[in-house]
Amino acid sequence: MAGVVETRDLTKTFTVRAKAGRVRRERREVVAVAGIDLRISSGEMVGYIGPNGAGKSTTIKMMTGVLTPSAGTVRVLGLDPITSRVELVRRIGVVFGQRTQLWWDLPLRDSFDLLRAVYRIDPQRYHANLAAFVDLLDLGPMLDTPVRQLSLGQRMRGELTAALLHDPALVFLDEPTIGLDVVSKHAVRRFLAEMNRDHGTTVVLTTHDLADIEQLCERMVIIDHGRIVHDGPLEEFRIRHGTQRTVVVDLEVEGPPLQVPNTTVVRVDGARQWLSFDRTVTTAAAVVAAVVALRPIRDVAIEEPAVEELVRELYERGGGA
Amino acid sequence: MVGERIRAGLADYRTLAAAKLRSDWQYRAGFVAMFASTVLVTAMDFAGIAVVFTKTPELGGWTFRDVAFLYGVAGVSFGLADFLVGSVEQISPRVRTGVFDMLLIRPVNALVNLTASEFTFRRVGKVAQALVVLVVATAVADIEWTLGRILMLPLTIVSGTVIACATWVITASIAFFTVETQEIANTFTYGGDLATSYPLHIFESWLRVLVTYIVPLVFVSYLPALYILDLETPLALPSWLRFASPLAAVAMVVVARAVWRAGLRHYRSTGS
Repeated sequence: MAGVVETRDLTKTFTVRAKAGRVRRERREVVAVAGIDLRISSGEMVGYIGPNGAGKSTTIKMMTGVLTPSAGTVRVLGLDPITSRVELVRRIGVVFGQRTQLWWDLPLRDSFDLLRAVYRIDPQRYHANLAAFVDLLDLGPMLDTPVRQLSLGQRMRGELTAALLHDPALVFLDEPTIGLDVVSKHAVRRFLAEMNRDHGTTVVLTTHDLADIEQLCERMVIIDHGRIVHDGPLEEFRIRHGTQRTVVVDLEVEGPPLQVPNTTVVRVDGARQWLSFDRTVTTAAAVVAAVVALRPIRDVAIEEPAVEELVRELYERGGGA
Repeated sequence: MVGERIRAGLADYRTLAAAKLRSDWQYRAGFVAMFASTVLVTAMDFAGIAVVFTKTPELGGWTFRDVAFLYGVAGVSFGLADFLVGSVEQISPRVRTGVFDMLLIRPVNALVNLTASEFTFRRVGKVAQALVVLVVATAVADIEWTLGRILMLPLTIVSGTVIACATWVITASIAFFTVETQEIANTFTYGGDLATSYPLHIFESWLRVLVTYIVPLVFVSYLPALYILDLETPLALPSWLRFASPLAAVAMVVVARAVWRAGLRHYRSTGS
């Protein structure tokens, strides 16, 4: 089966005119996306992440027909996003978290009704979908409220509904949880997981909150400087990049930093000490055994590095894996 | 296929414009005040012409009744165009801030989406005022009604509206290339209105060339008015041009379509 999204050597360069002197302007080519090969299959949930300016939004815009690629090819649902824009966007959903697609001054319900008209959604299907979303996202109490009076969390639930009312096979979500409180974030994530499970909706999610990815996506694509620097399961990323582990021990009595081979004490807090080690060099069991041999301990814990931490390190290294 | 696309575009326009009207109506006081001011300002506009005729009985050989007719034809065409696609001028801030993206993620023609989403009902005030002038001027003007002249009047209004619409789309498209279009657009929106409300031959030749051959505004009112009012022109223009407004309209649509598409392509290749 063909991929829902297929790109080959997808590239985007922008011409920037910078001021150089009083009147003269210099033209400079800036590469935003530098040859991306990506294939997303039906039903996948893909986390698409990268630091600011890495080319995430530019890629999404090329996939949704907003921007024309400078080179390479992109096919979405088998269509060319530029030449078949109207046909394509009828079959996909898009949420740009920082922009609204709702009618600001009208009740939320009116926005949905307008989208029904614009997407030519069959009335029966529309009412069934709306009822389901109202139930899933608890929209009932806010349907008659003008969008401008909704809280950010409420509005985002409205945006998600707006993007999914027409049963898109594929949705692009750019920062769907930005600025949301814990409860709203949870509601959004649960909703996306259910759409994916029950309707097989393919989801491409860009976010700065890696918890979104950890809870939703089996696959994580990391882009930096316009190139893909990681593409694979989240677990694989953790294994490949997260070789540092930490053993946390609570000693019976306070003491100087422990001297254990192949470890470094990275922190001491009273009787608690953090010993960092590389799991390709030694094992947690060996470290704990060595500690016990030196001093009596009360408790022990092993910490895995957070994905967020690993990703940050990857960005800081400048992407080159 | 093309017919279907036009039908879909019109349906979308109705849907989106109605939504904008309902949104504006949420602020009733402002809505009413803006509407009243539009009617007042356009009324003043015609008063300006009347003032000219208190000083002279004729302008370039045209009586006040003739010029009122000319004004009515131009005003209704420009008013209708302003009512339907005038909001295309809102393109500039949208392109500058990148909000234009949001228009492209909907299964709607981008021009329809833009003009309908920014639809401004109060602009109907201008059409209403010009229509009153046109009706009164047509009634009192010294017109010898033949079948040709009866048919020519609605044909002129339709052609003129299309020419004005196309002119705005073309000037607005400049926003895709450079964001500061408002002033350029205003020159044609309001300057064009002025140029078509007076007999063309009273203007300097450079302006005549501009509105005849560069931006063919002269087809909106002056040339067909020569035929309907049965007046002579001191300008050396071939007489068939009096009937050429529909042709000019078609030509302008072709040009506008090409320019808009080029602009859209440029936007999509530069981003926001």
